[in-house]
Amino acid sequence: MYSEKVMDHFSNPRNVGEIENADGIGEVGNAKCGDIMKIYLKIENDIIVDVKFKTFGCGAAIATSSMATELIKGKPIQEALELTNKAVVEALDGLPPVKLHCSVLAEEAVKTAIKDYLDKNNRTDIKIDICSGCCEGCSHH
Amino acid sequence: MLNKEIYLDHAATTAVDKRVLNEMLPYFSENYGNASSVYGIARKSKQALDEARERVAKVLNSKPEEIYFTAGGSESDNLAIKGIMHANKRKGNHLITTKIEHPAVLNTCKKLEKEGYEVTYLNVDKDGLISIQELENAIRPTTVLISIMFANNEIGTIQDIEEIGKLARSKGVLFHTDAVQAIGNVRIDVEKMNIDALSLSAHKFYGPKGVGALYVRKGIIFHSVIDGGHQEKGKRAGTENVAGIVGLGKAIELIYDEFDSYNAHLIKLRDLYIKKVEEKIPYVKLNGHRTQRLPGNANFSFEFIEGESLLLMLDIKGIYASSGSACTSGSLDPSHVLLAIGLKHEIAHGSLRTTFGRDNTVQDVDYVVDNLVQIVDRLRQMSPLYEEVLKQNNK
Repeated sequence: MYSEKVMDHFSNPRNVGEIENADGIGEVGNAKCGDIMKIYLKIENDIIVDVKFKTFGCGAAIATSSMATELIKGKPIQEALELTNKAVVEALDGLPPVKLHCSVLAEEAVKTAIKDYLDKNNRTDIKIDICSGCCEGCSHH
Repeated sequence: MLNKEIYLDHAATTAVDKRVLNEMLPYFSENYGNASSVYGIARKSKQALDEARERVAKVLNSKPEEIYFTAGGSESDNLAIKGIMHANKRKGNHLITTKIEHPAVLNTCKKLEKEGYEVTYLNVDKDGLISIQELENAIRPTTVLISIMFANNEIGTIQDIEEIGKLARSKGVLFHTDAVQAIGNVRIDVEKMNIDALSLSAHKFYGPKGVGALYVRKGIIFHSVIDGGHQEKGKRAGTENVAGIVGLGKAIELIYDEFDSYNAHLIKLRDLYIKKVEEKIPYVKLNGHRTQRLPGNANFSFEFIEGESLLLMLDIKGIYASSGSACTSGSLDPSHVLLAIGLKHEIAHGSLRTTFGRDNTVQDVDYVVDNLVQIVDRLRQMSPLYEEVLKQNNK
């Protein structure tokens, strides 16, 4: 049911781990729903110089976390904020429909981590819209 | 690259026994007659059906005429529950079941509720057992039927069927049990256990898929669900699946002929697996009753990780099992059975069911546990939930 790309990112996930004294941390989802993604960012001059993630979730959740971190690594935060769940799905050669919410979670995790960085630095020059909370369509808000 | 395949999903289905297959084969192209016809080859089919019926009846300690062949466990459950409720409207409109039934029973009950019937869903305790007292309290003057599964497909817990049967009989309520998982693993006596109706399915005990049976005690009225010809005494229309029924008969005979050695083998593997997992992996919980459980069933929750990831990692190692996580159930909620025994959602998401079978070995258990240790650790290292636990432990 998963593409080869998904299975590759699931079985050999990139950027797993945490960053000590990270400049931005974003955690989305909740354990009740079965998905939590936590993204750590190291940012220098508004450029994401390092990124790590930890995820509790299904194969798609782990694969989308891995791909999302790959897509934003080395990018300026403005560019990372433009990452859409659709781009993550396309980069993975697709996801089964029931797993699309995992890609939404990945997008939100990235945005939440960048927002954390901006908030910590009292930055108001960049505005971010985040649909916070649980995975799309989840009944356990 | 993959040199090993270990199948640990025997509760889902089993491979057809070669001896069963050999007995079925002549009924495809040689003895293909319609059992309802009168000529020679048709009589062979009729005889084959009669023999299969006797084999099933012998195992259950029932009479052959109390056995109705169906297309499987789900159909048997539908026929028993809808059939009995529809035919006994004069007595009442209430039936009692449990929260941990197979969907074949639960969704049949939900359908009946839409028709205006009333259904009580009994709770279970942390081990998955119902309370006889709660059952007794639920019985009303209008209660027609109690339907309680013999053994649970996910957590393996075996109910006190004889106690339930005794109570039902004393209250004048009919008792149906879904014994799909129990056949071959538990000795069944419908007389001694006061069972009025019982569902079974061939592919769970090394028989073919698409064939099952329903036992209904003589004298109990029930309506058909599939209408048409007069097959199965008018209770189940449609030309009989002769080869399948022959397979069912042979499979049930074999599994009970070999009952003691088969189940001793399963218990040995199950207990070894449970012991090793509990020894080698921290933060695990065995789901279901520790002793009153199916010989081949082990169901563990591994905290801080999610079941589908676990299954995929095991699959990469050639190990085939199942999970009660939401991602594998096709819904957003984890298994209704795991929630009914009181597990939190996050613990239920991390469940792994392994069901052992005839061809599994002690070496398989070793291989599976060794891989499980590594996989669980790997997934936990990725899990933000585990990170919090480690930090708390280090404080």
